[in-house]
Amino acid sequence: MPANRFNAFTEYGVGIGLRVPHYRHILEKKPVVDWFEIISENYMVDSGRPLTVLDQILDQYRVVQHGVSMYFGSAEPFSREHMRRIKDLVRRTRTPWLSDHLCWGSVDGTYTHDLLPMPYTFEAARRTAEKIREAQDFLEIPIAVENVSSYAEFHISQMTEWEFLNEVVEQADCGILLDVNNIYVSSQNHNFDPKDYIEAVPADRVAQIHIAGHSKFEKYILDTHDHPVLDPVWALYARAIERCGPTATLLEWDDSIPTFDEVHAEALKANRYLNSQAALAESA
Amino acid sequence: MTTDAPELLALQRRMAAAVMRPLTRDEQMRRRDENNRSIADEADDFIKPNDRLSSFERLEIYNRQYWFRLFSSFEEDFPGLRSIVGTKRFERLMRAYLHAHPSSSFTLRNLGSSLVSWLTENREYGAPDTDAAIAMAALEWAHIEAFDNEQRPALTAEEAAALDDNSRLALQPYLRLFEASCAVDDALIAVREASAGASAQASNAVAIHLVRRTRSLKPAPGQIYLAVHRHEDSVYYKRLALEDYSLLRALESGVSLGDAIEAAFQQSAIAEEDRPAHIQSAFHYLMQMGWLCTPKENDL
Repeated sequence: MPANRFNAFTEYGVGIGLRVPHYRHILEKKPVVDWFEIISENYMVDSGRPLTVLDQILDQYRVVQHGVSMYFGSAEPFSREHMRRIKDLVRRTRTPWLSDHLCWGSVDGTYTHDLLPMPYTFEAARRTAEKIREAQDFLEIPIAVENVSSYAEFHISQMTEWEFLNEVVEQADCGILLDVNNIYVSSQNHNFDPKDYIEAVPADRVAQIHIAGHSKFEKYILDTHDHPVLDPVWALYARAIERCGPTATLLEWDDSIPTFDEVHAEALKANRYLNSQAALAESA
Repeated sequence: MTTDAPELLALQRRMAAAVMRPLTRDEQMRRRDENNRSIADEADDFIKPNDRLSSFERLEIYNRQYWFRLFSSFEEDFPGLRSIVGTKRFERLMRAYLHAHPSSSFTLRNLGSSLVSWLTENREYGAPDTDAAIAMAALEWAHIEAFDNEQRPALTAEEAAALDDNSRLALQPYLRLFEASCAVDDALIAVREASAGASAQASNAVAIHLVRRTRSLKPAPGQIYLAVHRHEDSVYYKRLALEDYSLLRALESGVSLGDAIEAAFQQSAIAEEDRPAHIQSAFHYLMQMGWLCTPKENDL
Protein backbone atom coordinates (compact mmCIF):
# COMPACT_ATOMS: atom_id res chain seq x y z
CA MET A 1 0.00 0.00 0.00
CA PRO A 2 2.69 2.63 0.72
CA ALA A 3 3.83 2.37 -2.88
CA ASN A 4 0.74 2.46 -5.03
CA ARG A 5 -0.46 3.77 -8.37
CA PHE A 6 -1.49 7.06 -6.76
CA ASN A 7 2.08 7.92 -5.78
CA ALA A 8 3.62 6.39 -8.89
CA PHE A 9 4.77 3.32 -6.92
CA THR A 10 7.33 5.32 -4.98
CA GLU A 11 8.39 4.69 -1.39
CA TYR A 12 9.24 8.13 -0.07
CA GLY A 13 9.89 8.48 3.64
CA VAL A 14 9.55 11.63 5.73
CA GLY A 15 9.71 14.99 3.96
CA ILE A 16 9.31 18.62 4.87
CA GLY A 17 7.93 21.65 3.08
CA LEU A 18 10.50 23.73 1.21
CA ARG A 19 10.23 27.23 2.68
CA VAL A 20 12.12 30.46 1.92
CA PRO A 21 13.71 30.92 5.40
CA HIS A 22 15.46 27.55 4.96
CA TYR A 23 16.81 28.10 1.43
CA ARG A 24 20.28 29.17 2.52
CA HIS A 25 20.66 26.39 5.08
CA ILE A 26 19.62 23.71 2.61
CA LEU A 27 21.82 24.95 -0.22
CA GLU A 28 24.88 25.48 1.98
CA LYS A 29 24.63 22.55 4.42
CA LYS A 30 22.94 20.06 2.08
CA PRO A 31 21.16 18.19 4.91
CA VAL A 32 19.95 14.65 4.30
CA VAL A 33 16.20 14.87 3.69
CA ASP A 34 14.07 12.15 2.11
CA TRP A 35 12.14 14.63 0.00
CA PHE A 36 10.77 18.15 -0.15
CA GLU A 37 7.23 19.23 -0.87
CA ILE A 38 6.91 22.53 -2.71
CA ILE A 39 3.91 24.81 -2.94
CA SER A 40 3.44 24.78 -6.72
CA GLU A 41 2.19 28.37 -6.91
CA ASN A 42 5.44 29.74 -5.44
CA TYR A 43 7.28 28.47 -8.51
CA MET A 44 4.70 29.13 -11.23
CA VAL A 45 6.63 32.22 -12.30
CA ASP A 46 8.44 33.03 -15.52
CA SER A 47 11.94 33.38 -14.13
CA GLY A 48 14.05 34.72 -11.25
CA ARG A 49 15.19 33.52 -7.85
CA PRO A 50 12.35 31.09 -7.07
CA LEU A 51 13.21 29.00 -10.13
CA THR A 52 16.97 29.32 -9.62
CA VAL A 53 16.62 27.93 -6.10
CA LEU A 54 14.19 25.24 -7.22
CA ASP A 55 16.61 24.03 -9.89
CA GLN A 56 19.40 23.80 -7.31
CA ILE A 57 17.12 21.82 -5.00
CA LEU A 58 16.07 19.54 -7.86
CA ASP A 59 19.73 18.75 -8.54
CA GLN A 60 20.04 17.15 -5.12
CA TYR A 61 16.63 16.22 -3.75
CA ARG A 62 13.36 14.55 -4.64
CA VAL A 63 10.54 17.07 -4.90
CA VAL A 64 6.78 16.60 -4.83
CA GLN A 65 4.37 19.33 -5.92
CA HIS A 66 1.53 20.41 -3.66
CA GLY A 67 -0.90 23.05 -4.92
CA VAL A 68 -3.28 25.47 -3.26
CA SER A 69 -5.16 26.93 -6.21
CA MET A 70 -6.50 24.21 -8.50
CA TYR A 71 -9.78 24.34 -6.61
CA PHE A 72 -11.12 21.00 -7.83
CA GLY A 73 -14.37 21.82 -6.05
CA SER A 74 -15.03 25.16 -7.74
CA ALA A 75 -18.06 24.93 -10.01
CA GLU A 76 -16.28 26.90 -12.74
CA PRO A 77 -13.93 25.23 -15.23
CA PHE A 78 -10.13 25.33 -14.97
CA SER A 79 -8.26 28.25 -16.46
CA ARG A 80 -6.25 26.92 -19.42
CA GLU A 81 -3.39 29.31 -18.69
CA HIS A 82 -3.26 28.13 -15.09
CA MET A 83 -3.18 24.49 -16.11
CA ARG A 84 -0.44 25.18 -18.66
CA ARG A 85 1.70 26.77 -15.96
CA ILE A 86 1.17 23.77 -13.66
CA LYS A 87 2.14 21.41 -16.45
CA ASP A 88 5.30 23.40 -17.17
CA LEU A 89 6.25 23.04 -13.52
CA VAL A 90 5.39 19.33 -13.47
CA ARG A 91 7.83 18.83 -16.35
CA ARG A 92 10.49 20.81 -14.52
CA THR A 93 10.17 19.05 -11.14
CA ARG A 94 9.39 15.56 -12.51
CA THR A 95 7.09 15.20 -9.49
CA PRO A 96 5.86 11.59 -9.26
CA TRP A 97 2.43 12.71 -8.14
CA LEU A 98 0.71 16.02 -7.55
CA SER A 99 -1.61 16.99 -4.75
CA ASP A 100 -4.11 19.76 -4.18
CA HIS A 101 -7.13 20.26 -1.95
CA LEU A 102 -10.67 18.97 -1.93
CA CYS A 103 -12.11 22.45 -1.72
CA TRP A 104 -13.08 25.50 -3.72
CA GLY A 105 -11.81 29.08 -3.57
CA SER A 106 -12.74 31.02 -6.66
CA VAL A 107 -15.94 31.94 -8.42
CA ASP A 108 -16.64 34.07 -11.49
CA GLY A 109 -12.92 34.74 -11.90
CA THR A 110 -12.40 36.14 -8.40
CA TYR A 111 -10.06 34.34 -6.00
CA THR A 112 -10.41 34.16 -2.22
CA HIS A 113 -6.99 32.49 -1.74
CA ASP A 114 -8.62 30.30 0.87
CA LEU A 115 -9.43 26.59 1.00
CA LEU A 116 -13.19 26.88 1.35
CA PRO A 117 -15.28 23.88 2.43
CA MET A 118 -17.42 21.89 0.03
CA PRO A 119 -21.12 21.21 0.40
CA TYR A 120 -21.20 17.41 0.67
CA THR A 121 -23.72 16.81 -2.09
CA PHE A 122 -23.83 14.29 -4.92
CA GLU A 123 -23.84 17.11 -7.47
CA ALA A 124 -20.67 18.62 -5.96
CA ALA A 125 -18.99 15.20 -5.82
CA ARG A 126 -19.76 14.55 -9.50
CA ARG A 127 -18.51 17.97 -10.64
CA THR A 128 -15.37 17.73 -8.49
CA ALA A 129 -14.55 14.25 -9.75
CA GLU A 130 -14.97 15.42 -13.35
CA LYS A 131 -12.44 18.16 -12.79
CA ILE A 132 -9.93 15.87 -11.10
CA ARG A 133 -10.17 13.44 -14.04
CA GLU A 134 -9.68 16.34 -16.45
CA ALA A 135 -6.60 17.49 -14.53
CA GLN A 136 -5.13 13.97 -14.41
CA ASP A 137 -5.63 13.58 -18.15
CA PHE A 138 -4.04 16.93 -18.93
CA LEU A 139 -1.13 16.73 -16.49
CA GLU A 140 -0.45 13.05 -17.16
CA ILE A 141 0.49 12.23 -13.56
CA PRO A 142 -1.43 10.78 -10.61
CA ILE A 143 -3.35 13.28 -8.49
CA ALA A 144 -4.00 13.01 -4.77
CA VAL A 145 -6.69 15.18 -3.18
CA GLU A 146 -6.26 16.48 0.34
CA ASN A 147 -9.04 16.80 2.92
CA VAL A 148 -9.10 20.35 4.32
CA SER A 149 -9.72 21.79 7.77
CA SER A 150 -13.09 23.49 7.95
CA TYR A 151 -14.98 25.83 10.22
CA ALA A 152 -18.43 25.70 8.63
CA GLU A 153 -20.90 23.10 7.35
CA PHE A 154 -23.77 23.59 4.94
CA HIS A 155 -27.46 22.77 5.33
CA ILE A 156 -27.55 21.27 1.85
CA SER A 157 -24.94 18.56 2.62
CA GLN A 158 -26.23 15.06 1.96
CA MET A 159 -23.41 13.00 3.51
CA THR A 160 -20.46 13.16 5.92
CA GLU A 161 -17.13 14.62 4.87
CA TRP A 162 -15.49 11.18 4.61
CA GLU A 163 -18.37 9.84 2.57
CA PHE A 164 -17.95 12.79 0.26
CA LEU A 165 -14.19 12.20 -0.01
CA ASN A 166 -14.81 8.55 -0.86
CA GLU A 167 -17.45 9.46 -3.43
CA VAL A 168 -15.09 11.88 -5.15
CA VAL A 169 -11.99 9.66 -5.22
CA GLU A 170 -13.97 6.65 -6.46
CA GLN A 171 -15.57 8.65 -9.27
CA ALA A 172 -12.30 10.38 -10.18
CA ASP A 173 -10.19 7.26 -9.60
CA CYS A 174 -7.58 9.38 -7.87
CA GLY A 175 -5.44 9.20 -4.76
CA ILE A 176 -5.80 10.78 -1.32
CA LEU A 177 -3.43 13.03 0.53
CA LEU A 178 -4.65 12.25 4.00
CA ASP A 179 -4.10 15.21 6.32
CA VAL A 180 -4.55 13.81 9.81
CA ASN A 181 -4.21 17.25 11.41
CA ASN A 182 -7.05 18.53 9.23
CA ILE A 183 -9.19 15.57 10.27
CA TYR A 184 -8.53 16.38 13.92
CA VAL A 185 -9.25 20.10 13.48
CA SER A 186 -12.52 19.45 11.63
CA SER A 187 -13.56 16.78 14.12
CA GLN A 188 -13.27 19.29 16.96
CA ASN A 189 -15.07 22.00 14.98
CA HIS A 190 -17.90 19.73 13.83
CA ASN A 191 -18.24 17.29 16.73
CA PHE A 192 -17.39 13.99 15.07
CA ASP A 193 -15.02 11.22 16.11
CA PRO A 194 -11.83 11.57 14.02
CA LYS A 195 -11.27 7.81 14.26
CA ASP A 196 -14.47 7.24 12.28
CA TYR A 197 -12.94 9.31 9.48
CA ILE A 198 -9.63 7.43 9.52
CA GLU A 199 -11.41 4.06 9.50
CA ALA A 200 -13.58 5.06 6.54
CA VAL A 201 -10.78 6.18 4.23
CA PRO A 202 -9.90 3.67 1.48
CA ALA A 203 -6.36 2.82 2.56
CA ASP A 204 -5.34 1.62 -0.88
CA ARG A 205 -5.83 5.12 -2.29
CA VAL A 206 -3.67 6.98 0.24
CA ALA A 207 -0.68 8.33 -1.64
CA GLN A 208 0.70 10.59 1.08
CA ILE A 209 0.00 11.82 4.61
CA HIS A 210 0.27 15.34 6.05
CA ILE A 211 0.96 16.14 9.67
CA ALA A 212 0.98 19.64 11.17
CA GLY A 213 0.31 21.76 14.24
CA HIS A 214 -2.83 23.78 14.96
CA SER A 215 -4.07 26.46 17.36
CA LYS A 216 -6.89 26.04 19.85
CA PHE A 217 -9.23 28.96 20.53
CA GLU A 218 -12.10 29.14 22.97
CA LYS A 219 -14.80 27.92 20.59
CA TYR A 220 -12.94 26.42 17.65
CA ILE A 221 -9.59 25.17 16.38
CA LEU A 222 -7.67 26.80 13.55
CA ASP A 223 -5.33 25.00 11.19
CA THR A 224 -2.36 27.35 11.62
CA HIS A 225 0.71 25.20 10.80
CA ASP A 226 2.71 27.18 13.34
CA HIS A 227 3.30 24.60 16.09
CA PRO A 228 4.76 21.14 16.57
CA VAL A 229 2.36 18.25 15.97
CA LEU A 230 0.11 17.68 18.98
CA ASP A 231 -0.48 14.31 20.66
CA PRO A 232 -4.04 13.66 19.41
CA VAL A 233 -2.77 14.18 15.86
CA TRP A 234 0.11 11.74 16.39
CA ALA A 235 -2.45 9.23 17.66
CA LEU A 236 -4.48 9.61 14.46
CA TYR A 237 -1.29 9.35 12.42
CA ALA A 238 -0.40 6.10 14.18
CA ARG A 239 -3.78 4.63 13.28
CA ALA A 240 -3.53 5.88 9.69
CA ILE A 241 -0.13 4.22 9.32
CA GLU A 242 -1.51 1.00 10.80
CA ARG A 243 -4.23 1.01 8.15
CA CYS A 244 -2.23 2.30 5.17
CA GLY A 245 1.27 1.01 5.88
CA PRO A 246 4.39 3.19 5.98
CA THR A 247 3.27 5.97 3.67
CA ALA A 248 5.16 9.05 2.44
CA THR A 249 4.72 11.64 5.21
CA LEU A 250 5.14 15.39 5.15
CA LEU A 251 5.28 17.90 8.01
CA GLU A 252 3.74 21.27 7.19
CA TRP A 253 5.12 24.29 9.06
CA ASP A 254 4.16 27.57 7.39
CA ASP A 255 4.07 30.27 10.04
CA SER A 256 6.45 31.24 12.86
CA ILE A 257 8.88 28.93 11.08
CA PRO A 258 11.73 27.79 13.35
CA THR A 259 15.18 26.68 12.17
CA PHE A 260 15.51 23.99 9.56
CA ASP A 261 16.87 21.54 12.14
CA GLU A 262 13.89 22.06 14.44
CA VAL A 263 11.39 21.51 11.65
CA HIS A 264 13.24 18.46 10.37
CA ALA A 265 13.53 16.96 13.86
CA GLU A 266 9.78 17.37 14.36
CA ALA A 267 9.09 15.67 11.03
CA LEU A 268 11.41 12.79 11.80
CA LYS A 269 9.32 11.89 14.84
CA ALA A 270 7.06 10.24 12.28
CA ASN A 271 9.73 7.58 11.85
CA ARG A 272 8.74 6.08 15.22
CA TYR A 273 5.45 5.01 13.66
CA LEU A 274 6.74 4.32 10.17
CA ASN A 275 9.60 2.09 11.36
CA SER A 276 7.48 0.06 13.74
CA GLN A 277 4.87 -0.46 11.06
CA ALA A 278 7.54 -1.47 8.54
CA ALA A 279 8.97 -3.95 11.07
CA LEU A 280 5.51 -5.41 11.65
CA ALA A 281 4.98 -5.80 7.93
CA GLU A 282 8.35 -7.51 7.55
CA SER A 283 7.72 -10.00 10.35
CA ALA A 284 4.30 -10.79 8.90
CA MET B 1 -20.48 31.25 -16.73
CA THR B 2 -22.31 28.02 -17.59
CA THR B 3 -22.04 24.96 -15.37
CA ASP B 4 -23.68 21.60 -14.99
CA ALA B 5 -23.63 22.06 -11.20
CA PRO B 6 -26.07 24.95 -10.66
CA GLU B 7 -26.68 24.31 -6.95
CA LEU B 8 -22.93 24.24 -6.28
CA LEU B 9 -22.36 27.43 -8.25
CA ALA B 10 -25.19 29.24 -6.46
CA LEU B 11 -23.82 28.28 -3.05
CA GLN B 12 -20.29 29.31 -3.99
CA ARG B 13 -21.45 32.71 -5.25
CA ARG B 14 -23.39 33.24 -2.05
CA MET B 15 -20.51 32.27 0.21
CA ALA B 16 -17.90 34.20 -1.79
CA ALA B 17 -20.01 37.36 -1.57
CA ALA B 18 -20.19 36.95 2.21
CA VAL B 19 -16.52 36.08 2.65
CA MET B 20 -15.33 39.01 0.55
CA ARG B 21 -17.63 41.61 2.11
CA PRO B 22 -15.56 44.31 3.89
CA LEU B 23 -15.10 44.02 7.65
CA THR B 24 -16.14 46.62 10.22
CA ARG B 25 -13.52 49.05 11.51
CA ASP B 26 -12.77 46.75 14.44
CA GLU B 27 -12.23 43.81 12.07
CA GLN B 28 -15.54 42.02 12.70
CA MET B 29 -18.06 40.77 10.17
CA ARG B 30 -20.70 43.37 9.35
CA ARG B 31 -24.19 42.91 10.74
CA ARG B 32 -25.95 44.28 7.64
CA ASP B 33 -25.19 43.93 3.96
CA GLU B 34 -25.20 46.67 1.30
CA ASN B 35 -29.01 46.46 1.09
CA ASN B 36 -29.46 46.58 4.87
CA ARG B 37 -30.38 42.90 5.05
CA SER B 38 -29.35 40.94 8.15
CA ILE B 39 -26.18 38.95 7.54
CA ALA B 40 -27.04 36.72 10.49
CA ASP B 41 -30.25 35.72 8.66
CA GLU B 42 -28.27 35.14 5.47
CA ALA B 43 -25.72 32.95 7.30
CA ASP B 44 -28.50 30.98 9.04
CA ASP B 45 -29.98 30.25 5.65
CA PHE B 46 -27.03 28.25 4.31
CA ILE B 47 -24.59 27.51 7.15
CA LYS B 48 -25.28 25.15 10.05
CA PRO B 49 -24.62 26.41 13.58
CA ASN B 50 -23.01 24.11 16.15
CA ASP B 51 -23.15 23.94 19.94
CA ARG B 52 -20.50 26.67 20.30
CA LEU B 53 -20.82 28.92 17.27
CA SER B 54 -23.75 30.48 15.44
CA SER B 55 -23.92 30.36 11.64
CA PHE B 56 -22.87 34.02 11.66
CA GLU B 57 -19.78 33.28 13.77
CA ARG B 58 -18.73 30.38 11.58
CA LEU B 59 -19.03 32.49 8.46
CA GLU B 60 -17.13 35.29 10.20
CA ILE B 61 -14.06 33.05 10.59
CA TYR B 62 -13.78 32.88 6.80
CA ASN B 63 -14.63 36.56 6.32
CA ARG B 64 -11.83 37.65 8.66
CA GLN B 65 -9.33 35.13 7.29
CA TYR B 66 -9.95 36.42 3.78
CA TRP B 67 -9.22 40.03 4.67
CA PHE B 68 -6.28 39.31 6.98
CA ARG B 69 -4.62 37.27 4.23
CA LEU B 70 -5.07 40.05 1.68
CA PHE B 71 -3.96 42.77 4.10
CA SER B 72 -0.84 40.84 4.99
CA SER B 73 0.12 40.31 1.36
CA PHE B 74 -0.60 43.92 0.37
CA GLU B 75 1.34 45.35 3.33
CA GLU B 76 4.30 43.16 2.47
CA ASP B 77 4.27 44.36 -1.14
CA PHE B 78 3.88 48.11 -0.49
CA PRO B 79 5.90 49.19 2.58
CA GLY B 80 7.13 52.28 0.72
CA LEU B 81 3.61 53.47 -0.03
CA ARG B 82 2.76 53.01 3.62
CA SER B 83 5.71 55.18 4.63
CA ILE B 84 4.56 57.98 2.33
CA VAL B 85 0.87 58.13 3.19
CA GLY B 86 1.25 57.10 6.85
CA THR B 87 -0.23 54.11 8.63
CA LYS B 88 -3.80 55.34 9.08
CA ARG B 89 -4.25 56.55 5.51
CA PHE B 90 -2.58 53.39 4.23
CA GLU B 91 -5.16 51.26 6.02
CA ARG B 92 -7.96 53.24 4.38
CA LEU B 93 -6.29 53.08 0.97
CA MET B 94 -5.65 49.33 1.27
CA ARG B 95 -9.23 48.50 2.22
CA ALA B 96 -10.70 50.66 -0.54
CA TYR B 97 -8.34 49.27 -3.19
CA LEU B 98 -8.83 45.63 -2.24
CA HIS B 99 -12.59 46.10 -2.19
CA ALA B 100 -12.46 47.66 -5.66
CA HIS B 101 -9.93 45.13 -7.00
CA PRO B 102 -10.32 41.71 -5.41
CA SER B 103 -7.81 39.14 -6.60
CA SER B 104 -8.37 37.88 -10.12
CA SER B 105 -5.26 35.72 -10.20
CA PHE B 106 -4.33 32.34 -8.74
CA THR B 107 -1.41 34.05 -7.03
CA LEU B 108 -1.33 36.88 -4.49
CA ARG B 109 1.76 38.14 -6.32
CA ASN B 110 -0.60 39.98 -8.67
CA LEU B 111 -2.72 41.60 -5.96
CA GLY B 112 -1.27 45.07 -6.56
CA SER B 113 -1.35 44.97 -10.35
CA SER B 114 -4.11 47.61 -10.61
CA LEU B 115 -2.93 49.81 -7.77
CA VAL B 116 -1.26 52.54 -9.82
CA SER B 117 -4.21 53.02 -12.15
CA TRP B 118 -6.66 52.88 -9.24
CA LEU B 119 -4.67 55.42 -7.23
CA THR B 120 -4.45 57.68 -10.27
CA GLU B 121 -8.25 57.63 -10.50
CA ASN B 122 -8.76 57.91 -6.74
CA ARG B 123 -6.17 60.50 -5.86
CA GLU B 124 -7.68 61.36 -2.48
CA TYR B 125 -6.34 58.08 -1.07
CA GLY B 126 -2.75 59.15 -1.77
CA ALA B 127 -3.05 62.56 -0.07
CA PRO B 128 -1.37 64.72 0.97
CA ASP B 129 1.47 64.01 -1.50
CA THR B 130 -0.47 62.00 -4.06
CA ASP B 131 2.14 62.24 -6.84
CA ALA B 132 4.79 60.77 -4.55
CA ALA B 133 2.35 58.07 -3.42
CA ILE B 134 1.59 57.09 -7.02
CA ALA B 135 5.29 57.10 -7.88
CA MET B 136 6.09 54.87 -4.92
CA ALA B 137 3.28 52.44 -5.78
CA ALA B 138 4.60 52.29 -9.35
CA LEU B 139 8.14 51.62 -8.16
CA GLU B 140 7.00 48.88 -5.79
CA TRP B 141 4.95 47.20 -8.52
CA ALA B 142 7.94 47.47 -10.90
CA HIS B 143 10.03 45.77 -8.20
CA ILE B 144 7.58 42.84 -8.07
CA GLU B 145 7.67 42.47 -11.84
CA ALA B 146 11.45 42.76 -12.03
CA PHE B 147 11.80 40.03 -9.41
CA ASP B 148 10.30 37.19 -11.45
CA ASN B 149 9.31 38.37 -14.93
CA GLU B 150 10.63 36.38 -17.88
CA GLN B 151 14.27 36.59 -18.94
CA ARG B 152 14.76 36.13 -22.67
CA PRO B 153 18.03 35.40 -24.47
CA ALA B 154 19.96 38.68 -24.66
CA LEU B 155 20.94 40.20 -27.99
CA THR B 156 24.31 38.74 -29.04
CA ALA B 157 27.28 40.73 -30.34
CA GLU B 158 26.70 39.19 -33.79
CA GLU B 159 23.05 40.23 -33.78
CA ALA B 160 24.03 43.71 -32.60
CA ALA B 161 26.58 44.04 -35.40
CA ALA B 162 23.85 43.38 -37.96
CA LEU B 163 21.53 46.15 -36.68
CA ASP B 164 20.63 49.15 -38.87
CA ASP B 165 18.31 52.15 -38.57
CA ASN B 166 15.28 50.05 -39.48
CA SER B 167 15.93 47.33 -36.92
CA ARG B 168 13.55 46.87 -34.03
CA LEU B 169 14.54 45.65 -30.59
CA ALA B 170 12.69 44.49 -27.50
CA LEU B 171 13.58 44.95 -23.84
CA GLN B 172 13.88 42.15 -21.33
CA PRO B 173 10.45 41.57 -19.74
CA TYR B 174 12.05 41.90 -16.28
CA LEU B 175 13.29 45.42 -17.08
CA ARG B 176 10.78 48.06 -15.97
CA LEU B 177 11.25 51.74 -16.81
CA PHE B 178 10.05 54.37 -14.48
CA GLU B 179 10.18 58.14 -13.99
CA ALA B 180 9.17 60.29 -11.02
CA SER B 181 9.45 63.83 -9.75
CA CYS B 182 10.95 62.74 -6.44
CA ALA B 183 13.57 60.28 -5.25
CA VAL B 184 11.26 57.39 -4.39
CA ASP B 185 14.09 54.94 -5.06
CA ASP B 186 16.15 56.32 -2.17
CA ALA B 187 13.05 56.46 0.02
CA LEU B 188 12.15 52.82 -0.70
CA ILE B 189 15.68 51.63 -0.03
CA ALA B 190 15.59 53.45 3.33
CA VAL B 191 12.24 51.87 4.21
CA ARG B 192 13.46 48.39 3.33
CA GLU B 193 16.68 48.84 5.29
CA ALA B 194 14.76 50.05 8.33
CA SER B 195 12.41 47.08 8.06
CA ALA B 196 15.29 44.60 7.69
CA GLY B 197 17.02 46.18 10.68
CA ALA B 198 13.90 45.87 12.80
CA SER B 199 13.51 42.18 11.89
CA ALA B 200 17.16 41.44 12.58
CA GLN B 201 17.14 43.09 16.01
CA ALA B 202 13.82 41.51 17.00
CA SER B 203 13.19 44.11 19.65
CA ASN B 204 9.80 45.72 20.09
CA ALA B 205 11.35 48.99 21.19
CA VAL B 206 13.51 49.14 18.07
CA ALA B 207 10.60 48.15 15.84
CA ILE B 208 8.40 50.91 17.23
CA HIS B 209 11.17 53.45 16.80
CA LEU B 210 11.66 52.43 13.18
CA VAL B 211 7.96 52.48 12.37
CA ARG B 212 7.82 56.03 13.65
CA ARG B 213 10.86 56.94 11.61
CA THR B 214 9.50 55.42 8.42
CA ARG B 215 6.33 57.45 8.83
CA SER B 216 8.34 60.62 8.50
CA LEU B 217 10.31 59.45 5.46
CA LYS B 218 9.44 61.65 2.49
CA PRO B 219 11.16 61.40 -0.87
CA ALA B 220 13.39 64.32 -1.79
CA PRO B 221 12.09 66.35 -4.75
CA GLY B 222 13.90 66.08 -8.11
CA GLN B 223 13.24 64.35 -11.42
CA ILE B 224 14.55 60.78 -11.70
CA TYR B 225 14.60 58.23 -14.53
CA LEU B 226 14.98 54.64 -13.41
CA ALA B 227 15.55 51.18 -14.77
CA VAL B 228 14.23 48.62 -12.30
CA HIS B 229 15.99 45.41 -13.26
CA ARG B 230 17.27 42.05 -12.09
CA HIS B 231 20.84 40.86 -11.93
CA GLU B 232 21.79 37.46 -10.53
CA ASP B 233 18.30 37.12 -9.05
CA SER B 234 18.42 40.41 -7.12
CA VAL B 235 16.42 43.52 -8.04
CA TYR B 236 18.27 46.82 -8.53
CA TYR B 237 17.25 50.42 -9.23
CA LYS B 238 19.55 52.04 -11.80
CA ARG B 239 19.23 55.77 -12.36
CA LEU B 240 19.43 56.69 -16.03
CA ALA B 241 20.24 59.85 -17.97
CA LEU B 242 17.20 61.36 -19.69
CA GLU B 243 18.63 60.37 -23.10
CA ASP B 244 19.11 56.70 -22.12
CA TYR B 245 15.66 56.56 -20.55
CA SER B 246 14.08 58.07 -23.67
CA LEU B 247 15.98 55.64 -25.89
CA LEU B 248 14.76 52.65 -23.90
CA ARG B 249 11.18 53.95 -23.77
CA ALA B 250 11.22 54.41 -27.55
CA LEU B 251 12.61 50.91 -28.14
CA GLU B 252 10.01 49.51 -25.76
CA SER B 253 7.26 51.20 -27.77
CA GLY B 254 8.41 49.27 -30.85
CA VAL B 255 9.77 52.07 -33.05
CA SER B 256 12.79 51.47 -35.28
CA LEU B 257 16.29 51.90 -33.94
CA GLY B 258 16.80 55.07 -36.01
CA ASP B 259 13.61 56.62 -34.60
CA ALA B 260 14.54 55.55 -31.08
CA ILE B 261 17.90 57.30 -31.31
CA GLU B 262 16.15 60.41 -32.56
CA ALA B 263 13.68 60.22 -29.66
CA ALA B 264 16.57 59.87 -27.21
CA PHE B 265 17.79 63.40 -27.96
CA GLN B 266 14.49 65.21 -28.38
CA GLN B 267 14.81 67.02 -25.04
CA SER B 268 18.55 66.61 -24.67
CA ALA B 269 21.09 69.22 -23.72
CA ILE B 270 23.92 67.10 -25.13
CA ALA B 271 25.69 68.88 -27.97
CA GLU B 272 25.05 67.48 -31.44
CA GLU B 273 28.69 66.49 -31.95
CA ASP B 274 28.76 64.51 -28.67
CA ARG B 275 25.69 62.45 -29.41
CA PRO B 276 27.27 59.60 -31.42
CA ALA B 277 29.70 58.94 -28.58
CA HIS B 278 26.84 59.02 -26.07
CA ILE B 279 24.82 56.49 -28.08
CA GLN B 280 27.84 54.23 -28.49
CA SER B 281 28.46 54.27 -24.76
CA ALA B 282 24.78 53.70 -24.01
CA PHE B 283 24.61 50.65 -26.31
CA HIS B 284 27.79 49.26 -24.81
CA TYR B 285 26.12 49.47 -21.36
CA LEU B 286 22.81 48.00 -22.56
CA MET B 287 24.62 45.07 -24.19
CA GLN B 288 26.69 44.51 -21.08
CA MET B 289 23.54 44.38 -18.93
CA GLY B 290 21.75 42.09 -21.40
CA TRP B 291 18.70 44.34 -21.46
CA LEU B 292 18.15 44.17 -25.22
CA CYS B 293 16.68 41.22 -27.06
CA THR B 294 15.16 40.29 -30.37
CA PRO B 295 11.42 41.00 -30.49
CA LYS B 296 9.04 38.07 -30.57
CA GLU B 297 6.41 38.10 -33.30
CA ASN B 298 3.71 39.29 -30.91
CA ASP B 299 5.94 42.14 -29.65
CA LEU B 300 5.75 43.83 -33.06
